[in-house]
Amino acid sequence: MRSLKKLMERATLYGIVTFFALFSVFPFYWMLIAMFKRDHDLFNPSANPFLFNEPATLEHLRMLLYDTLFLKYLWNTCVVGMSVVVITLIIAVPAAYSLARWSGRWGENLGIGIFLTYLVPPTLLFIPLSRLVGFFGLHESLGALILVYPTFTIPFCTWLLMGFFKSIPKDIEEQAMIDGCSRMGAMVKIIFPLSVSGILTVVVFAFTLSMHEFIYALAFISVSAKKTISIGVPTELVRGDVFRWGPLMAGALIASLPVAVIYTFFLDRFITGFTMGAVKG
Amino acid sequence: MRQTVEAERPAPHWEDGQTGARQRHFWDSEKRLAVVMIAPAILYIACMVGFPLVLAILYSLSDATTGDPSLHLVGLKNFRDILQDPVFRKSLGNTFIFALVSQTLVIILSQALAMALAKEFRGKWLARFFILLPWTAPIALGTIGWLWMLDSIFSPFDWMLREAGLLGTKNALLGPLSNLYWLGEPALAMTSVILVHIWRIMPLATVILLAGLSSIPQEILEAAEVDGAGFWRRHLRITLPLLRPIISIAFLFGLVFTFTDMTVVYVLTRGGPVHSTQVLSSWAFFKGIEGGDLAQGAATAIFLFPLLAGVAVLILKMARRSEVT
Repeated sequence: MRSLKKLMERATLYGIVTFFALFSVFPFYWMLIAMFKRDHDLFNPSANPFLFNEPATLEHLRMLLYDTLFLKYLWNTCVVGMSVVVITLIIAVPAAYSLARWSGRWGENLGIGIFLTYLVPPTLLFIPLSRLVGFFGLHESLGALILVYPTFTIPFCTWLLMGFFKSIPKDIEEQAMIDGCSRMGAMVKIIFPLSVSGILTVVVFAFTLSMHEFIYALAFISVSAKKTISIGVPTELVRGDVFRWGPLMAGALIASLPVAVIYTFFLDRFITGFTMGAVKG
Repeated sequence: MRQTVEAERPAPHWEDGQTGARQRHFWDSEKRLAVVMIAPAILYIACMVGFPLVLAILYSLSDATTGDPSLHLVGLKNFRDILQDPVFRKSLGNTFIFALVSQTLVIILSQALAMALAKEFRGKWLARFFILLPWTAPIALGTIGWLWMLDSIFSPFDWMLREAGLLGTKNALLGPLSNLYWLGEPALAMTSVILVHIWRIMPLATVILLAGLSSIPQEILEAAEVDGAGFWRRHLRITLPLLRPIISIAFLFGLVFTFTDMTVVYVLTRGGPVHSTQVLSSWAFFKGIEGGDLAQGAATAIFLFPLLAGVAVLILKMARRSEVT
């Protein structure tokens, strides 16, 4: 009786996990298949779409890499991502440290205030920001994205790092200062080396969040050669109403997977930022 | 000997020359240091979030266009105009429907999934990776996969329904046409958008709930089991009440993300067919950026603000409460 109940429990568990895992991964599996299917097979409504009815082909991949600006989009995305990471670090690390050590009501309110700006969506800001970007002469340039993307990376990364710095006991710095370090010295020599993993997390998030961004890029950039992955693939590989499905799927999959893998490793920290101490431990 | 060593030791810094002392003094003041270090962040946010927010409100009260962006205030005219616009009203309704329906389902489904993932089983890392993919991959690219899956002719769903005899024959349950036209029929297009939102946000909700589950002391659940409480009783009487704050957090964030999102709609349907899946964000985009009507675009987007402010207040309250306990 008891073992039967255990068996049922296990079966339910695997059932739920399998169902959701398939639901989640299916669009990516679908990209994978389309990427290697011949057009004739891909556009045959009566053939079983789950199988290869004709031999696989690398034609779509070749087309993606040589006949489209895909590699250029990847490069643009990296340039934007790296620049945003640097700006975010320069601004968010000191801010977070300051908020973490600045006890009292003011510091706390300021911290929560900064986090709340993360909730101000691009949708509300892209119209005025498109004017602002034009004012700075950054229309149709990657500079526009580099200027604007920190609006979402800084609030979130400051918040994450703040929690991280708070977990380092204040005594360590005080000890260093007694030993002759200046206030700044204690921070740079003692605290920053201890927060390498926190800073690494921020690097990953600033990069992935800028890689995910869609609305600003769509609003500010319309020149093909300046596009990033997330707008280049959906807008450029579709010509009018003609969808080049094979290369389109290949591009979407190739661009998604690396980010997804890195992101997965750091997701738990991301969640810590969201739950804001509502979960202890 | 000892004395010389003593003498060679660098003098404590407050005995340094005057300038040095003053400099040290400046940086050693906790308050001043804190202000200087946080200033760039506040300055940036004020310029790039605060100022544009004010500008958005000003635009919504003006008649600015991309061609003539000068601020000429016309009062509430834009709001009166857009409130009369049937497309705007449809968008407002859709925004609420998409966000509320998808997030309600997400909260229910992700509870089941989080409880399953809290257990140990073989292949868990792979299942976790798969389940997180919709959140970890760029949303615009993930949605493209759905676009192909919901294709009007080559959709695998249609193929399965045809094979099962539910579609495409004379007396089939779902009609004699060989396709359902997922993104071509208003009701189906709305369902598709909601489905993609669920797919996208569920990983986030699941991981948030998982963090909540791990913080529930196992002893309480074990004690209840010993006392003879069944699964549902334990779930409804112990787990759920303890999980309530974290469920609300997952719900609020999901709500913000779906409420303000235009990527799914833009990639899947562009608001079509005939604006039946238009949402505030996408409509603001089509008006303000593609149509060049900055004023009406801004006025449309402003309607997102009250809800966001409400959510922000709720989150603030929760943050405060968690500080007290």
